[in-house]
Amino acid sequence: MVDAPANLPNYRYVSRKRRTKEDRRFVSGRGKFVADVEVPGMKHVAILPSPHARANIISIDTSAALALPGVHYVLTGDELGEATNSLFHGLDLPNVIWHPLAVGMTRYAGEWVAAVVADSRYIAEDAAELIEVEYESLPAAVDSEKMIDEDQPLVHPAHGTNVLFRKTWEWGPVADDFASMPNTVSYRARWGRSSTVPIETFGVVAKWDDVNEIMDVWASIQMPQYQDQIAAALRIPMNQVRVHNDVDVGGSYGVKRGIKHTVLVTYLTKKLGFPVRFIEDRLDNMSGGDAHGPDRIFDITMAFDDEGVIKSMKIRALDDVGAYPGRAPLQLGKPMTALCGPYRINSIEYEAISVTSNKTGQVPVRGFGQSPTNFAIETGLERVAKHLGLDRIEVRARNLVRKDEFPWKIPPGSIYDSGDFHAVLDGIIKTSNWDDLVARRDALRAKGRLAGVGIATCLEPGGGNNIFEFLFNPKLEITTFVESVLMKVEPTGAITAVMCTTTSGQGHETLVSTIAGEELERDPDTIRVLHGDSLEALPTRSPVASRMAIVLGTATSKAARDIKSKMITIAAHDLGVEKDQIEYADGEFTVRGNPASKLTWAEICHIAHKQFHRMPPGHELGLQAYAVQQVPGAGGLPDENNEVPLYPCFSFQAHVPLVEIDPDTGKVKVHDYFIGHDCGTAINPDIVRGMIIGGVAHGIGAALYEKFEYDADGQLLAGTFVDYLLPSAHEIPPVVDSEHCTPSPLTSLGQKGSGEGGYLGAPAAIASAVNDALAPFDIEINELPIRARDIEAALYEKTR
Amino acid sequence: MKQVEVTLNVNGKDTTLTIPPRMTLVDCLRDELRLTGTHVGCEHGICGACSVFLDDEPIRSCLMFAVQAAGHRITTVEGLLNEDGSLSDLQDSFWECHAMQCGYCTPGMLVASESLLAENPDPSEDDIREAISGNLCRCTGYQQIVEAVQMTAKRRREGAANG
Repeated sequence: MVDAPANLPNYRYVSRKRRTKEDRRFVSGRGKFVADVEVPGMKHVAILPSPHARANIISIDTSAALALPGVHYVLTGDELGEATNSLFHGLDLPNVIWHPLAVGMTRYAGEWVAAVVADSRYIAEDAAELIEVEYESLPAAVDSEKMIDEDQPLVHPAHGTNVLFRKTWEWGPVADDFASMPNTVSYRARWGRSSTVPIETFGVVAKWDDVNEIMDVWASIQMPQYQDQIAAALRIPMNQVRVHNDVDVGGSYGVKRGIKHTVLVTYLTKKLGFPVRFIEDRLDNMSGGDAHGPDRIFDITMAFDDEGVIKSMKIRALDDVGAYPGRAPLQLGKPMTALCGPYRINSIEYEAISVTSNKTGQVPVRGFGQSPTNFAIETGLERVAKHLGLDRIEVRARNLVRKDEFPWKIPPGSIYDSGDFHAVLDGIIKTSNWDDLVARRDALRAKGRLAGVGIATCLEPGGGNNIFEFLFNPKLEITTFVESVLMKVEPTGAITAVMCTTTSGQGHETLVSTIAGEELERDPDTIRVLHGDSLEALPTRSPVASRMAIVLGTATSKAARDIKSKMITIAAHDLGVEKDQIEYADGEFTVRGNPASKLTWAEICHIAHKQFHRMPPGHELGLQAYAVQQVPGAGGLPDENNEVPLYPCFSFQAHVPLVEIDPDTGKVKVHDYFIGHDCGTAINPDIVRGMIIGGVAHGIGAALYEKFEYDADGQLLAGTFVDYLLPSAHEIPPVVDSEHCTPSPLTSLGQKGSGEGGYLGAPAAIASAVNDALAPFDIEINELPIRARDIEAALYEKTR
Repeated sequence: MKQVEVTLNVNGKDTTLTIPPRMTLVDCLRDELRLTGTHVGCEHGICGACSVFLDDEPIRSCLMFAVQAAGHRITTVEGLLNEDGSLSDLQDSFWECHAMQCGYCTPGMLVASESLLAENPDPSEDDIREAISGNLCRCTGYQQIVEAVQMTAKRRREGAANG
């Protein structure tokens, strides 16, 4: 269970064991997911995918499909491409055109070529099989390393190259630092193409009302600026798009970004005049959903002294975003936020290269590129220790930022707000009984097994502020990254808060109600939290970037404090004293020193709504407040050295797993997993703990099992859960979570982010443990996932 | 499209439906009976999100045609509630332990867990992990689910001892 932090303030709801607001409906079978939305008269879409990785579309014959009873329409790329605008890319790529259905050419196996609308999904699938497409198959571009210097088939011929972005930044005196250090290590680390693969696929229902001129959208979405992108693609004003944010999203972790699905369906409902629904099946999701994650090769050199203190590093990151980049190339930018991890590194050279290929498109995945980067950095820490014959923990301890050095600025400009990295690291060494783990490892080895203990630390930047995007595309001069809350108190005293985006498991209703309850000293169970639709809602940038506790949480505090201030003003006026004479506690507003002179919560609510004659002159009637919260510290552009503070709050973790490897099969068993964790004030400890352990599980998947494998011709080899392996309860060990609390100075209650951290550290920790197990055989594998067959092959090579 | 008439017994209630013979049980439960607590995850029998009871056995309702379920008792997550509509002890323990995040796999996890507890009132942690290993959860890492099943087993044993 979670250890209660020792230095916890005397909160009554925050950081206390409390049931969540959301879980009751889920255990009752009463969640409302997108596939549960039933709009009268809605029809169903099925997709015809391309079987070719790269091909010209010569002709499409839809006549047989249209003749099938129950079929209403067959849409192809030519029509949709004419009628809608190209979808949004993060980079400035005017010649990379992206439509939901292929236009003229297919660019990956699984790309959507046509869409059928029918009375049922069954009939739509039947009809899709009757569409006859004549293709001219072409060679595919698959190998990302060949995109830069070799002649490769062009994914987007009009763009002229498969390189979408290539730039090198230098922060600090890299050459001088390298010259001053006696040691360097160079290595390659590779992150395989995996993703978060939620159990719920993406789905969307849309209904165009031509009388009221409004497009209602229900979707399994987690994405900033969703309604903006729908409106832009359909060429309609944003206030004709109403996204219903009260849809429960069945897992996302970054990837639920079905803009192409949504443009397809919204176009169809507007064209056909009836509601239309598309729910991906699993193959749609894995092959054609454009929801793959980073696919990255790092080449890194670190320069360090004889004590293992790292002074500088050079990173080259080559990422394959697949056929349609969307926002994916920007995942090379977010890691700038913590480019040197939790370490005191003086200078960094960073070359980011984004290439396109004939593979399914990439989307933002939990951490927005940070997990691969952290794996690559931690691999370097292991290398430095090995090079000098030093202890792996000691090398990390020597490089960690020290407690008394915060706020600490790193070379690219981010300012680490707070932390006590050494305390967390020391704590997890104690909690895990490190020496005992090593003894167990050695006992396993003595029995002829392979065993290893791993270590990794990592930072979890939280809060957002995507001004790094400006370094990739100066047109993205966006310096606001807001989240909002509207709070109101009814005449009877009940509190309702409106948040402005969807939730995909993060427990935002619990977050808002807990903080509002804490601030106002009202029971959170009595506070209702709504998800306002996009037309009612205040500005939002959606629950990405491990940001909601930070930004939505702080907005909630501000709105609640504003309400409290208004109530004190009303009380002071009615009781005939100055505002500073009023004390508030437990629902009562009392004149200081005169306990008999007081008003209750309910009385003030009644006055505010019903008794103008008792209100302070000129005071707003009713009791409501809203807060639009900017990310703390955000708002500036990069300076002339390309330095800019990015995310504001930094959570920290140290991970320690013990693994055993079957020497015959190479199968890895994770026996134990310990994590020391500091995310400042945990609003709900059960939610934080679940996020951490779930993130670790997700990281174990990325480290050992999950990969969207392609063959040399660009055919996807992992389109089902038989080929793409998600870890089950067998593969995930019990995780011991030890909490430390260093409150952030930048948020209302000291909270930081916790949604990504488990995933950011686990892959590096598992790789560390596996390589410790393989060390006696002088084997080191720095390519994820490290699958059983990879280990078995490496062992065979060494021992044959 | 050919239609057939079938009578299904779901959560103790008989309903006669006219459906295509190829309709899967999960689609029938969700779209015809509007019991949307049962979810669709993979449609190839791996993820377990569509688990329901067929008589007393947990099955994948995506791998069965609705017509095949005629003559059997089907129980979905909605049927796990107590008769007065309150949460069962298992559902309550899942809430207490926060044994979910997005809630999508939860109905299937409840079915798998209830099936285990019916057979084994005192399961070990390994027993629980084995029992839920055919149900994938992408949010939790399974630990709080294991704890919720342990809590339920303990409550039932204590209830039996006290009752």
